[in-house]
Amino acid sequence: MAILKDKKVVIIGDRDGIPGPAIAACVESAGGEVVFSSTECFV
Amino acid sequence: MNAVIKGASYILAHVPGMVIHNGSTQITERIVNPESEYLKQLPEHLRTYQQAVEYWPNQVYIGNKTPEELAGVEFPYYDKPLAGAGRYGKFGEIMPEAEFLLLMQCADVFDVLLLEKGFVAAHRDELAADPVITEDIAARVKEGAEAADIERFVKEEHAEGLYADGKLVGCVKRAHDIDVNLNAEVMHENLVNKASNTLALLYAVRNAGIEKTDVEYVIDCSEEACGDMNQRGGGNFAKAAAEIAGLMNATGSDSRGFCAGPSHAMVEAAALVKAGAYKTVAVTGGGCTAKLGMNGKDHVKKGLPALEDCLGGFCVILTANDGVNPEVNLDILGRHTVGTGSAPQNVIGSLVADPLERNGLKITDIDKYSPEMQNPDITKPAGAGDVPQSNYKMIAALAVKRGELEKKDLATFASKHGLVGFAPTQGHIPSGVPYIGFAREDILAGKIRNAMIIGKGSLFLGRMTNLFDGVSFVIQANTAAEQSAQSGVSESQVRGMIADAMKEFAAVLMAKE
Repeated sequence: MAILKDKKVVIIGDRDGIPGPAIAACVESAGGEVVFSSTECFV
Repeated sequence: MNAVIKGASYILAHVPGMVIHNGSTQITERIVNPESEYLKQLPEHLRTYQQAVEYWPNQVYIGNKTPEELAGVEFPYYDKPLAGAGRYGKFGEIMPEAEFLLLMQCADVFDVLLLEKGFVAAHRDELAADPVITEDIAARVKEGAEAADIERFVKEEHAEGLYADGKLVGCVKRAHDIDVNLNAEVMHENLVNKASNTLALLYAVRNAGIEKTDVEYVIDCSEEACGDMNQRGGGNFAKAAAEIAGLMNATGSDSRGFCAGPSHAMVEAAALVKAGAYKTVAVTGGGCTAKLGMNGKDHVKKGLPALEDCLGGFCVILTANDGVNPEVNLDILGRHTVGTGSAPQNVIGSLVADPLERNGLKITDIDKYSPEMQNPDITKPAGAGDVPQSNYKMIAALAVKRGELEKKDLATFASKHGLVGFAPTQGHIPSGVPYIGFAREDILAGKIRNAMIIGKGSLFLGRMTNLFDGVSFVIQANTAAEQSAQSGVSESQVRGMIADAMKEFAAVLMAKE
């Protein structure tokens, strides 16, 4: 997960896949900085 | 005793004109890219009414075919028309656009909806021939307006055009000069919802075999908002639709929760009945214009028909326990709480595994799961995948993790405990509830013992919270007989005991005289 360390991350989550907050939790635990996170719904 | 599912209805209205003029994807495209290839190509991708009727998932939705039969149809479905398919099904119907516009006028009590004279004359009798449209409803259709007046309202007065076969045949006027909550676009959206809601209510009353006067409370669980600038979302679509449907003894209210709305409303209705507050409650949801053609860009790009061309509606009638119909077990309620979190594992855990565990049940103890039943024909080409299948994979994986399912049975879990998606992508409409009609029948027929209905909602779309939402409940075979046996006193025994007591009382009175 070192690929995310100290990186700025933009997250586009999917309501029926992996939502933004869940991805954000992973990114933060890997040392990344979330600069934008959104979850979209297509159904 | 638990409330029972007395009947359910599922209706569609095929509205290709509204796909072009009222779908949010198309409205947005006209603003940001008015000359786009998509807007030029879309009309060629619209289906005819007959094509929409012969579409397998639509026939399942209105009850002419079952989800099991759909599972036997080779995917994709759009190019496998069901020959001989008809407009009417045991749960409802697929109403053509012209008749639906007339029904919208029936739902309009503020004279904001105008239809052209010739158009009304051509279609009035068609609507009146509908088996659930009673004379009093049909009589609400007006004689009609002049085409020139309609054109003027659209061009000069910000009215929303109504189209049939590509021609302007009417309009919805704004209901206020300044208030955006009452502008023509919102009035149109709300009248569409109210009309489809009304149609769902009418079919549900018919299907449940009750009288209109039996309904005491209506809960609307759609995603629209009606009100003026001082109370946007003030609501009560429920009572407004009940009025047009002629449910004279009903009051009601709206319940909201995005796509989880119907499941929340079902739990509320079952609780109201069980508590004895109301004997008969209708949970109803109408159609949504904004979502028409929502994934249209992908469908057109891939050369498919624009499959999101139908408004959806549903209604479930819950009554006091009749000892026969399947019941809603309020002891097994799944709930996504504020503290649950949004990881898919947490979501499914809170909605499926936790409520079952609290009641000493395993995931495999539920015969059928109905999560979000979106039709994969619509979602897969748009990149959203097969939503019901994704839910089943997650439920199965959780069952394996909990040691309730063998790993080798992962692949067959969906076919055994799941269903193929068949509902239109109308937000709240596909969320869990499309299976309730079939579940009632399958339980009554002894094919299954129980079913879990799971609703999920994207609260974050309202920009008030980042939270997700979900709620689930279980429908099971009627347990009234079992409960009476357990209590040791049957209804006839109670009657006997009352009769004995009366006799004794009479004897005491006689003795006193």
